[in-house]
Amino acid sequence: MEATKEKTRKLTGSKAMAQALEQEMNRDESIFVMGEDVGKYGGIFGSTTGLYDKFGEDRIMDTPISETGFIGAAIGAAAEGLRPVVELMFVDFHGVVMDQIYNHMAKIPYMSGGHVKLPITLLTAVGGGYSDAAQHSQTLYASFGHLPGMKVVAPTFPHDIKGMLISAIRDDNPVVFMFHKTLQGLGWMDQLDASLGPVPEEAYTVPLDKAKVVREGKDVTIVGAQMMTVEALDAAKKLAERGIDAEVIDLRSIKPIDKETILKSVEKTGRLVVVDEDYYSYGITAEVSAIVASEGFDYLKVPIVRLAIPDVPIPYSRIMEKFVIPDAKDIINAVEKMVTA
Amino acid sequence: MKNNNKQDLLWIYRKMKTSRYFEERMEKAYMEGKQPVFNIGAGPVPGEMHLSNGQEPAAASMIVHLTNEDTVTATHRPHHQAIAKGVDLKKMTAEIFGKKTGLGKGKGGHMHLFDPNVKFSCGGIVGGGIPHAVGAALANKKKGTDRVAVAFIGEGAVNSGAFHESLNLAALWNLPFIVVVEDNAWGISVAKDKSTCVPTNDVRAAAYGIKGYEVRDNDPLEMYRVSKEAVERARKGEGPSIIEIETYRYLGHFQGDPELYRPKDEVSKLRANDPIERLKKYLLKETLASEDDIKALDQQILKEVDNAYEFAINSEYPEPEAALEDVFV
Repeated sequence: MEATKEKTRKLTGSKAMAQALEQEMNRDESIFVMGEDVGKYGGIFGSTTGLYDKFGEDRIMDTPISETGFIGAAIGAAAEGLRPVVELMFVDFHGVVMDQIYNHMAKIPYMSGGHVKLPITLLTAVGGGYSDAAQHSQTLYASFGHLPGMKVVAPTFPHDIKGMLISAIRDDNPVVFMFHKTLQGLGWMDQLDASLGPVPEEAYTVPLDKAKVVREGKDVTIVGAQMMTVEALDAAKKLAERGIDAEVIDLRSIKPIDKETILKSVEKTGRLVVVDEDYYSYGITAEVSAIVASEGFDYLKVPIVRLAIPDVPIPYSRIMEKFVIPDAKDIINAVEKMVTA
Repeated sequence: MKNNNKQDLLWIYRKMKTSRYFEERMEKAYMEGKQPVFNIGAGPVPGEMHLSNGQEPAAASMIVHLTNEDTVTATHRPHHQAIAKGVDLKKMTAEIFGKKTGLGKGKGGHMHLFDPNVKFSCGGIVGGGIPHAVGAALANKKKGTDRVAVAFIGEGAVNSGAFHESLNLAALWNLPFIVVVEDNAWGISVAKDKSTCVPTNDVRAAAYGIKGYEVRDNDPLEMYRVSKEAVERARKGEGPSIIEIETYRYLGHFQGDPELYRPKDEVSKLRANDPIERLKKYLLKETLASEDDIKALDQQILKEVDNAYEFAINSEYPEPEAALEDVFV
């Protein structure tokens, strides 16, 4: 259930994460956190801020840079009934541990006929936009979404970050919880309004399989996740000044993807732009387009537009990085062409 | 290889000092556009910046024994090894400034420097370069050359699977491979004794039946001696080695690191025992160089580095559409 309690204050994305972890760890002693620099440092992107002092090194465990080891160990510990939360600093770093993730974590519950449960929450930071280049700027939403056996979520706003993290921890399945660096509200990155938002004090859950209409409109549907949702909202505001009324859907969940919310919106607007901070081919833009093409084809007045990184690694130099990552301007251009088509 | 110790030690001094001055300028250049409020994505040098001030002996005192034909792979903290390996300083600086004249036309940035002319590469994934050096050593052996390959890594990387797999391969195939472990005591915020089950990593050599060396106290002379032996052994086909050098990280893991995890006085103690100053004193004491020689050398270094920065700053940015090129060659 989504919380509606009156006791609410504004938190950043990272504080919302730390609060979710703290409340869940107080509630359930079987939860513990492992990862690189999650201890005294509090997580490079602030997800475990203050937790080391509260819970100590037995429950907030710094690990060596042994990703296959500690993520594999989370699988073993989860099979024994604990609820590990593991952080792997950047999503880009998963290459070395994908075997444990997609051959083991994602498949053991299925291969055991559901007899082995792996209640693991895998936290990882995604996204670019600050010149961290090809090995530290990816989102890889689709790479994880493609592989069966994991729920994959990518919330945008602090309210959903807290609620979905609590849902992820309570879920008996492996959940990959992607948080966007720029939406953590960190003092050393771009300051965005979206990274600070109202968060209820008490623990609450937000479902892991529901997208959210974050702006209602009638002329065009724009679907995004995380920073692309933020860009879409920015674009919608500017489009409104030009008399175009855009509806914006924040996906929140990559897998499972909420078909119903997308189809319902396109039925209303007849136009669809999908925007993704991931690679173009085989990605979210393809998936959402395929859903609408096969289940909502008749709703469409004009062809779907897909905006994504044009199948190149993220370049370092700012001017090239800006060129490859879609933004509000790209969305506005696409929408204007669509409505005049 | 250099002919005698004097030339070698002067070369080491020159490379360490070049690296130090390059990084001191980089520290300032990086902060441009990031004050008063630090924003990692702002300024002429955006993104992460990992500086190696204090760690120079690990690179220079090893690479003095190498030629352009020997291979070096480095890490996310690559400037001191790149400079010692003779990477084109102008193009390297331009790359860090994101310019089209850079080593990678602005696509790589400071963690991703590639200069095939001197067989240098580095990368942003911990442990990622170790097997590449093993592969280079394998190629050297297949081609029947006496070339060697050296992987530089931090002490945090020894606990990655890549380290173990690579070392076993190198030993199994008796390759001309050396891994230099730069133990700067910290894996970002995690102290070595919180990540590693043995106090020093040279002892891990026993697990692979190869030679292990330990260099204490960031000593450029001892690193020079030990590296010479390891390189000579590798060239003669006597197999791989692990060298661990106890070195110093003067700055944060990255620029902007609040460093709340390390004792406040740690860095000032380390700086008081600076390896470049120690080598300079040694050169003077042994009359291998005069004060005037050192001054003249320092002037040359300043000029070389300043020229590289000037080249980088004056170079043009790439066209945005250049982002679409070079995915396939």
